[in-house]
Amino acid sequence: MTRAGWTGTLLFALLAATAASLAVRARYTADLSAFLPRAPTVAQRLLTEELRAGFASRLLMIAIEGADAHTRSRVAADLTRRLRESPAFADVSDGDSAGLTRIEDFLLAHRYQLSDAVTPERFTAAGLHRAIGDTLGLLASPEGLLVKPLFARDPTGETLHLLDGLDAPQIASFEGVWSSRDGRRALLLAQTTALGSDTDAQEKACAAIRSAFAAAAAAFSPPGALSLRLSGPAMFAVTSRAVIRAQVMRLSTLGALLIAALLLFAYRSLPALLLTFVPVAAGALAGVAVVSLGFGVVHGITLGFGITLIGEAVDYAIYLLIQSGEEPVSEWRRTLWPTVRLGMLTSVCGFAALVPSGFQGLAQLGLYSIAGLVAAAGVTRFVLPEWRPRTLRTRDLTALGARLARLLAAPRHARTALAVLALLAGLVLIGHRGALFSRELSDLSPIPVADQELDATLRGDLGTPDARYLVVVSAPGTGGALAGAEVLSARLQTLVEAGVLGGFESPSRFLPSAATQRARQASLPAPDELAARLDQALAGMPVSASRLAPFLADVEAARTAPPLTPRELAGTPFGSALDALLTVSGTHATAFLPISAPGGADLSTAALEAVRAAVAAPALESAASARLLDLKAEADGLYAHYLTQAVSLSLAGLAAIVLLLMVACSPVRALRIVAPLGLAVLTVAAGLAAAGERLGILHVVGMLLIVAVGSNYALFFDRLAREPHDRVPRTLASLAVANLATVTGFGVLAFSSVPVLAALGRTTAPGALLALVFSALLAPRAALEVAP
Amino acid sequence: MNAARARGAAWLALLVLAGPLAADAPADSERLDALMRELGARRHGHVAFTEVEYLAVLDRPLESSGELLYEAPDRLEKRTLSPRPETLVLAHGTLSATRGKRTRTLDLAAYPQLAPLVEGLRATLAGDRAALERLFSVRLDDDPPRWTLALAPRDAASARLVREVRISGEQADVKTVEVLQADGDRSLLTIGRELP
Repeated sequence: MTRAGWTGTLLFALLAATAASLAVRARYTADLSAFLPRAPTVAQRLLTEELRAGFASRLLMIAIEGADAHTRSRVAADLTRRLRESPAFADVSDGDSAGLTRIEDFLLAHRYQLSDAVTPERFTAAGLHRAIGDTLGLLASPEGLLVKPLFARDPTGETLHLLDGLDAPQIASFEGVWSSRDGRRALLLAQTTALGSDTDAQEKACAAIRSAFAAAAAAFSPPGALSLRLSGPAMFAVTSRAVIRAQVMRLSTLGALLIAALLLFAYRSLPALLLTFVPVAAGALAGVAVVSLGFGVVHGITLGFGITLIGEAVDYAIYLLIQSGEEPVSEWRRTLWPTVRLGMLTSVCGFAALVPSGFQGLAQLGLYSIAGLVAAAGVTRFVLPEWRPRTLRTRDLTALGARLARLLAAPRHARTALAVLALLAGLVLIGHRGALFSRELSDLSPIPVADQELDATLRGDLGTPDARYLVVVSAPGTGGALAGAEVLSARLQTLVEAGVLGGFESPSRFLPSAATQRARQASLPAPDELAARLDQALAGMPVSASRLAPFLADVEAARTAPPLTPRELAGTPFGSALDALLTVSGTHATAFLPISAPGGADLSTAALEAVRAAVAAPALESAASARLLDLKAEADGLYAHYLTQAVSLSLAGLAAIVLLLMVACSPVRALRIVAPLGLAVLTVAAGLAAAGERLGILHVVGMLLIVAVGSNYALFFDRLAREPHDRVPRTLASLAVANLATVTGFGVLAFSSVPVLAALGRTTAPGALLALVFSALLAPRAALEVAP
Repeated sequence: MNAARARGAAWLALLVLAGPLAADAPADSERLDALMRELGARRHGHVAFTEVEYLAVLDRPLESSGELLYEAPDRLEKRTLSPRPETLVLAHGTLSATRGKRTRTLDLAAYPQLAPLVEGLRATLAGDRAALERLFSVRLDDDPPRWTLALAPRDAASARLVREVRISGEQADVKTVEVLQADGDRSLLTIGRELP
């Protein structure tokens, strides 16, 4: 090895060690919300907060299937008991009366602060007469059985009034345990203590459920008789990560193996094969290290794109090993390295355009690719030639190259045919213009359709609809947010009564503002006064005041009770309900009021307008603000925003590539280099559209990759036109091998069940092939002339 | 002495056991079937009722009156007119109660403890022996032409609230429905004249 070689190797070893230590210490994540925005609008920021930390993101739905209903109910009850003991869960319910009893106890204890029926009027003699009369009427009815035990303490029926107001969803049940409507599953709801975005903790929670279930099932049924199904946003995050991780591992291994087999066949030399993977490994390591430095966290999907890097970085070594053949490396460095370097620079230009993207996934991909390509090319130029054994002989591919050259030079009307193809592709795209791009964020989700359907079924059974519409109240401080929620609740209630809305939730229902609580307490008369009014109220009734002594004691206790705060609610079912609807960060509080349409369908435009008007009407506390949030529209809007951004950034990348080529070559040559690439992109887009695939962000990235990879081919043809003819066969052979490697790498991705990976594969694999063929067909004739 | 007392206790246990066993004797089972057939032949009914509830928390019993409507096989409506209007409708396993403008709906599947109160009468009117025996252990006291069905809830949660529902009648007409609650409270519903 030369002195320069030693220096290069030493430098390489140092850099590789640094990169490796960075990669080992990097933080890896996989939840889709981390893939979401640096929040362009306030509404979208709220959306991502809700996705990351909201109540909905902490909900796990648990279904038990198999055996008979009786066994399922017993196992479900046992599972509930086990999970209630685990610190991983804030609340677990299976519909048992223990859950209801806990709620009733809390309501009973704080009824005079919580009930909106508590007014001064209700505690006059006439008001008491009416309220107690109503309760007596209930006592005579079947529901009286439920009311009777509370009568002496709560003759005005506040507890039942509160229970009515909870609007508890009607869930089917069997032997006191929730069941699906078709009666085939026992159901539980668990709320995790950890945030929905904490995928590690969610994974642990899911594992805890599985092991508790295994223990419960073993106690009541033969092995294998029962099975467990989990669903919910947190479960989806866990599954997504597992699926992505597994596929990235499997597909990159498969891709690497296939490429290795291909190269072994092409080189007939094991050392050459090993050398080829050095730049790839260096590139992948550099990519992870730089992304970790730049973003602080590396997304799982970014790692998935390591496969894309194999596709391009492997080319550099192939060019070096096949093109240089028997001649000294210094000759390759002089003649062909500048072309490889220019190709690498055009790719870097393309990817650089992605770095400023607000879509973190794209930005990471851009940075990862730039670092990876620079490292791979650098290693190919400075390290690989020094490591190459003097005795290394690869198979002579000259004959193959010559045959390829003649084949590609044969078609006489290639240009005309390509012009027609461009026209056809254009027509297809125009024909599909309405449905060309995907509009839904859910298209990015790697969750299998069957799992999404199970989720929808369980939600239907448990009455936990995917909240689509939220009214959001922001205020400095919990009190302000609750007061705002109260004002809006009153307005929304009129819309519910008018039939515009189906219903709504509000944190103020679980915790009224301090002012409201004080007003209710002030409605309660002093003991003597209440006793006198009660005597008057009970005249002619079948009950005497002496039986209602517990009522007098409870009212007196409530009159002087301190106001309820979130602290008193902690650990009760009301506390978890409040947590779901009220988030506090620092001094800032946000109240969420999910609203639903009548019949559970989507809200009509008129209904949305009515809600918007109710939300916009003044009289909120000055510092508070309220808005209506359509989560689906916001999510899809967010996605559309990123799609548009991906398209415009890719176009910017393309422009940068053209500009670079114009400077490096000449405008005419630049155009000739870019034309086949543009045609390849056009053809692939038309093919995907014709196959019914909607284009998403990753298709656009795939197209950018076609240009990045294809520019290498086009540049070589441009170069070959001005080279001695004896170089043509070997260069062409190297292009063919490199292209096959790229197509293999991306082709494997096309079979992924993760939509983003599949989209990338289906775009880039055919695109790279077309880019090579089109570049050859459009190349100057001289580029394909072979010395006789 | 002790042995004699023990023997006495054993006899007592046998007698207690013999009670429910007797209901399963072929003759009684046939008689129950015949009664069910007679009752089930009626497709609809509209009668007046009065009801008296004796509750320990109250000084005096609660009295109410109104109309009962029945459509075979599973719609039962109880319209209380006095002292305060209230309509209870049992249809397809759902109980809805309307007082004033407000209607509260209970799915009986979610409140199995309420089932004996409403399902007992409904299944008797429908002549639905299978439904009765699913919810209750049934005992028929026959004294032609009068009869009494004593229904004890099977479900433990129900049994904690309701000890027994006693439905008695004469030939194909139900005359009274008595509910004995577990805490000693009880109610008696008496069916009056038939309404057009």
